[in-house]
Parts: sequence; structure tokens; C-alpha cells
Amino acid sequence: MNLEILGIMVLWTFLFGYVIVASIDFGAGFFNAYSEFRGKQHILSKIIQRYLSPVWEVTNVFLVFFFVGIVGFFPSTAFYYGTTLLVPVSFALILLAIRGSYYAFESYGSQGHKGYAFMYGMAGILLPASFSIVLTISEGGFVSMVDGNPVLDYWELFSSPLTWSIVVLSIIAVLYISAVFLTWYANKAKDVEATNLMRKYALIWALPTIVTALGIIYELSFHNPEHFTRMVDLWWVFGLSFLLFIATVVLIWKRKKYGLAFGLLIGQFALAFYGYGVSHYPYLLYPYLTIYDSFTNDAMAIALIVAFIAGLALLIPSLYLLMRLFLFNKDYVKGNKKNKA
Amino acid sequence: MLSGDSVLNSRLLTELTLSFHIIYATIGVGVPLMIMLAQWVGIKKNDEHYIVLARRWARGFVITVAVGVVTGTAIGLQLSLLWPNFMELAGNVIALPLFMEVFAFFFEAIFLGIYLYTWDRFKDQRKHLLLLIPVAVGGAFSAVFITMVNSFMNAPGGFELVNGELINVNPLLAMFTAAMPTKVSHVVVTAFMTSAFILAAIAAFRLLKGSDHVYHRKALYLTMKVGLVFSIAAALIGDFSGKYLAEYQPEKLAAAEWHFETEEAAPLVMFGYLDGTEIKYALKVPFGLSILAHNDPLAEVIGLDQFPEDETPPLIIHYFFDTMVAVGMIMIAISLVFWVGNLRKWTFVHSRPFYWIIVLGGFLSVLGIEAGWWMAEVGRQPWILRGIMTTSEAATTSDHVGWMFILFALLYLILGVGTVVVLKRMFRSNPVEKELLERYPNKGGEET
Repeated sequence: MNLEILGIMVLWTFLFGYVIVASIDFGAGFFNAYSEFRGKQHILSKIIQRYLSPVWEVTNVFLVFFFVGIVGFFPSTAFYYGTTLLVPVSFALILLAIRGSYYAFESYGSQGHKGYAFMYGMAGILLPASFSIVLTISEGGFVSMVDGNPVLDYWELFSSPLTWSIVVLSIIAVLYISAVFLTWYANKAKDVEATNLMRKYALIWALPTIVTALGIIYELSFHNPEHFTRMVDLWWVFGLSFLLFIATVVLIWKRKKYGLAFGLLIGQFALAFYGYGVSHYPYLLYPYLTIYDSFTNDAMAIALIVAFIAGLALLIPSLYLLMRLFLFNKDYVKGNKKNKA
Repeated sequence: MLSGDSVLNSRLLTELTLSFHIIYATIGVGVPLMIMLAQWVGIKKNDEHYIVLARRWARGFVITVAVGVVTGTAIGLQLSLLWPNFMELAGNVIALPLFMEVFAFFFEAIFLGIYLYTWDRFKDQRKHLLLLIPVAVGGAFSAVFITMVNSFMNAPGGFELVNGELINVNPLLAMFTAAMPTKVSHVVVTAFMTSAFILAAIAAFRLLKGSDHVYHRKALYLTMKVGLVFSIAAALIGDFSGKYLAEYQPEKLAAAEWHFETEEAAPLVMFGYLDGTEIKYALKVPFGLSILAHNDPLAEVIGLDQFPEDETPPLIIHYFFDTMVAVGMIMIAISLVFWVGNLRKWTFVHSRPFYWIIVLGGFLSVLGIEAGWWMAEVGRQPWILRGIMTTSEAATTSDHVGWMFILFALLYLILGVGTVVVLKRMFRSNPVEKELLERYPNKGGEET
């Protein structure tokens, strides 16, 4: 395996980590706000805050890791994506700021501000949309080179059905992932009401997730036929992903083994995510940028990989400690008083 | 501003984001150390006041961390959004410390989360101290790594540029450039100093506002002592930085000192203002600049006349330089007087006017940090990578930067106001007397 592939796999893995933890976070914010307006706030807010408060900052680092890493391994992405993404990413940053400050401001300062909760919930829905623009652009057809500089055609972008399908999928997937996770978490906390509510949401969002995913594959068949062909070649990966999806839904429907259901869901999304990533190979931005012509020099690549391994040696035990203390600690999950900040 | 020049707009937006971020970043680097010290003193002296102090600082710290994280994320992405050409080049050479900074930050984030949500889970206070060590270390190291990136921009190294192509890249050499030792140590030490003085200002303010609790006196004494140590260190390292500039970046020193012509036995120009090319109302310290630059009163100091006009930094940095140095000196004086006064039992160091001076000192320290960064950054104009790439070559070609500036300005306004409001509410609704009483009911919140 060459360094380019290793580099993109490391980054893709971190992006996947971010997609999962951020989906839980974004979706939770939405359910929190929604149930507040439906007068069911008391059911969910405790569960959600208990899980999210200690980890929101860690969630954010996954994202930082990805964008620092991609500039490190593939510096040319800074030139192509940096120039074209100014507006969508700036909006995403503003939304992230609303979310980041919400946790601190809300949980330590003014509790129960409805407007803030609403903005927070909305930010959770808009963020996946603004980030998923990057995926759309990477398919090609929206960026043209003018005087040697990449320029994004906004009209083309916003009038394309592909854009909107990806936006819709990202939003629905966020709600689905988050609902499955929170069902499991609420069940661990022995909170029957919250479990039932989240189970209902999980089942509601399951079908749309798979329908939009299939729709995108269909649209790619004429937007980027090369990518579509490579996806068809990997049909068994997506097929396996679909089977895992069925298994997750069945478990949740039968109210059995929520932990396993969440594990299967991770498997489902991992297969789809990596299948998508592999079929995108070798392009970072179709057709201008491949992982080969944007890759950094060997010295830097090796230095980054060494730093990465050393960093993981510190990080994995720390993350394990964090999970043991909060995610897998019965006392904490049930909201034992001793653990309040 | 909205349509116009994307280079200028990119500079303005970067400056806005960084100026806002460094307030929180400085607190983020310095306050964990103070929390750790308080926890440690509390264990050593077996004094609950210090433990409560550590917790209350930590609770306020969370708010500033949150804003620090989001503004840090903003500047991290803005580097690529606003300076794509620079990041493409720099990514090849300086990605390693950027990457390592994220690890340091990751580490800090994990343990801060654990520390905050396990306050009463462990009986043994030493376990809480253990959790604080990675927080403080992670905070300090993220400052070290990110300042390495900045040092690289001031003194690029670790690669060769042949016909516009990068060859022989050495990521480690790029981290340890000539500018690195003075810059990194100055940044870390001034962050400790500023955080100590901000916390001192809070303690003094509570004492002024009627709470005459021994808790605040202990907080004040601890923070002022730490502040004194680090402000002296900052001055010493500042002196080394001057010598570094004279050697490697003489145009920045010359612009900061309005030193137009190369001469021996150069005087140090303090304050004053510039009328055309004439310096007015300035205080001149004979031989001062030669001593600052070379430790020799008669040494020759290179002036601006040695540089092409389009490569000299704006002369406005003189004011930033003066502000920074003056703040440093004032803070050493205030904390020294307080420390000596405490030992000698001078009553005026516990008088209302002196407390007001300490409160003012907190604000001054923040101003000092801002002025120092403006001097360092504006002082390397017109370069983004000194001697290699100019700022205008690096900026984005997008037309929308002006609008983004307005958007972010609004965001920072909301975050800034939010921080102040939330912090005020948080501590007002839970004064220390109440917290001590709840935590140690049998001691009645009094001295332990």
C-alpha cells in the first residue's frame, strides 16, 4: 500500500468518526428542540445533556483533525477547496459556533432559553446540509477554472437535483443515527419514556434514509458515470450495508438488543461510507484533483504518519477512559447526582 | 468594503478572528495551569478554599473554552479559505506542528471533560489533580505547536525553493526555526502571566464589591505571586526577542523603533508620534536600542534605509510595541509592589485604590497580548512568508470575503457579549459563601 492510500484512509476514517459522533450531536439537538416545542422536553433533555455535555468538545476535534489532516497530506486541496468553499464553510462555521457556545452557555448559564434551543436545533439540521455541499462538489461539474483559479458556479450547484438529494440524505441520516443511538442510551438509563420516544423516531427515519441513498446512486449514473460504474463494481459492499440496515430496523422494531442495533448501524454506515470513498478513488475533486497529484512530499508524509501513530497511542487510552467514565458507567448514565458539574 | 479588494478583506477578517480568538486562547493556555496550582496548593495545605477556587475557576473556564474552541475552529478553516495559496505551499512544510496541535487539543478536551464531570466521583483530591495535569499540558503544548507554525511564517526554514519548486523538505527543521525559541516561550509565558492577572482582577473586584471573604484574599495572593514570576520571565524573554529581531528580522525592529538610518550607539525611541518622517514628543533613551539589539551600547543597528521601500513593515507597529512593553513594565511594578507590600504588611496594598489598580491590570494584560500580536503580525507585512510569499500572492480570489467579514463580526459580537453575560450570571447566582456553606456545612463557610 502506498502512502497516498494510507493517508486518505486515515483521513476518511476520521471523517467517518466525525460523521457518527456529529450525527448523534446534531440529531440530539434537533430532537431536543422539537420535543421542547411539543411540550415533551422533560422526557429527552436530561438524557441528551447527560450524554453530550462531556463529549461535545471531543466531537469538534474530530472535525478539526480532518481538515488539518487533509491540508497536511494533500496540500493542494487547500487551493481548490479553500477558494471555492468560502461561503458554505463560513456558514457552517457560524452554525458550529452557535452549537459550541450553546452547550457551555446553556448548561452553565441561562437554562431553558427557548430561542437558543430553537437555533441550536436548526443549526443541527443546517450543518449537515452545509457540509454535504463538499461531497456534491467533489463529484465534479460545479467548479470551473478561470484564469487558473477554481470558481464555484452557485447556480449550477443549487439547481442540481444531486445537490438536494445529498442534502436530504445527510439530514435524514443524521436524524436516524441519532435516534438509534439515543434509544440505546435512554434504555441503558432505564428511562422508558425516552426510550419509547426515541424508538419511534428511529423507525420513522429508517425508510427515508435508505430511499434517498438509493436515489443518489441513481442520479450519479448520469451526473458522473465513471463514479457510478465503480460503485456498481462494489455492489456487494452496498448490499451488505443494506442487510445490516434491515437487521438494525428489525431489532429496534422488536425492542431487542439496542446496543447491538447501534453496532449494526455503525457497520451499515461504515460499509456505505467506505464503499462510497473507494469508488470515488482516485479523485478528490473530479476531474481536477486526484490523491496522487495533490499528495505532499515523502518527508512530510512520513513525519505525519509517525505523529499520527504517536498521537493515537495517547488518544485511544484517553478516549477509552472517557467512554468508561460516561458512556459505560451505569451510575453516570442513570444520572446519579454526584456527577454534576 | 463589500465588493472590493479580497486581499484587504482577507487580512481584515483574519485579523478580526485572531484578535478575538487570542483572548480566549490565552485564557485557555494559562487558566488550566492556575487551576492546577490552586488544586495542588489546596492539597498541600489541606485547605478547602483552594479546592473550591480550582472548581470555580474551572466552571468559568468552560465558558471561555467553548468560545475558544469555536473561534479556533474558525481560524483553522479560515487559513485555507482565505489564504489558499499560502496553505498549499505551507501544507507541504509546516503541516506537522499543525497536526500535533490538534493532538494536544484533543488530549486537553478529553481530560477537561472528565475533570468537569467527575468532581465528586473520587474521594481523593489527588485524583482530580492528576486529571488536571493533561489539561494544563495539552493547553500549553497546543500553544507551543501553533506558535511554531507562526514562527515558520516569520523565519521560513526546513526546505529549499528552487525555480518555484519545493525540495528537500525537512518537517522537523521547519518546526525549529530561528524564530521558534523566543516566540514560543514568549507566547506561553505571557499567556500564564495574563491569565494570572485576569484571575487576580476578578478576586480584587470581588473584594471591592463587598465580599471580604478570606477566600478572595487567598486567590488574590496566589494569582499576583504567579503573575509576578511570569511577568518577569516575559520581560526577560522579550529582551531575547529583541535580539532575535536585530539578528534575523531587522526590518521589523527598525519599524517598531522608527529607526530610519543605520547607526551605531542607537537610541531607543519610546512613545511619541510620527509627523511625516519626523518623530515628535518622543522619549529617547541613549544607547537603548543598541543595548536591546546587541547588548552593547555602541553596536550598530540596521535601519529601514537598508530595505527596499515595498518590503518595509508599516510604521504603526511602533505604537503596538510601546503598548506591549509599557503593559509588561506596569504589571511587573503592580505585582512586585503587592508582593513586597504583603510581606512587609503595608496596608495600602489592601486598600480600595490598589484593588482598582489590580482590576485595571487585568484589562491591561489583555491589551498587552493584543498589542504584542499586532506588532508581531503587522510587523512582517508585506510578507505572509517572510522573503518568500507576499500577503497579496496568498489571498483567495473569491469575491465574497467582505460579506463574510460582516457575518463573523456579528458572530463575535454575540459570543463576546454572551461570554460576559453568562459568566456574570453564573457567579452572581452562586457566590462563594453559598458554595462553601453547601460543601462544608459544619464549617459555616468560614476560614478552615
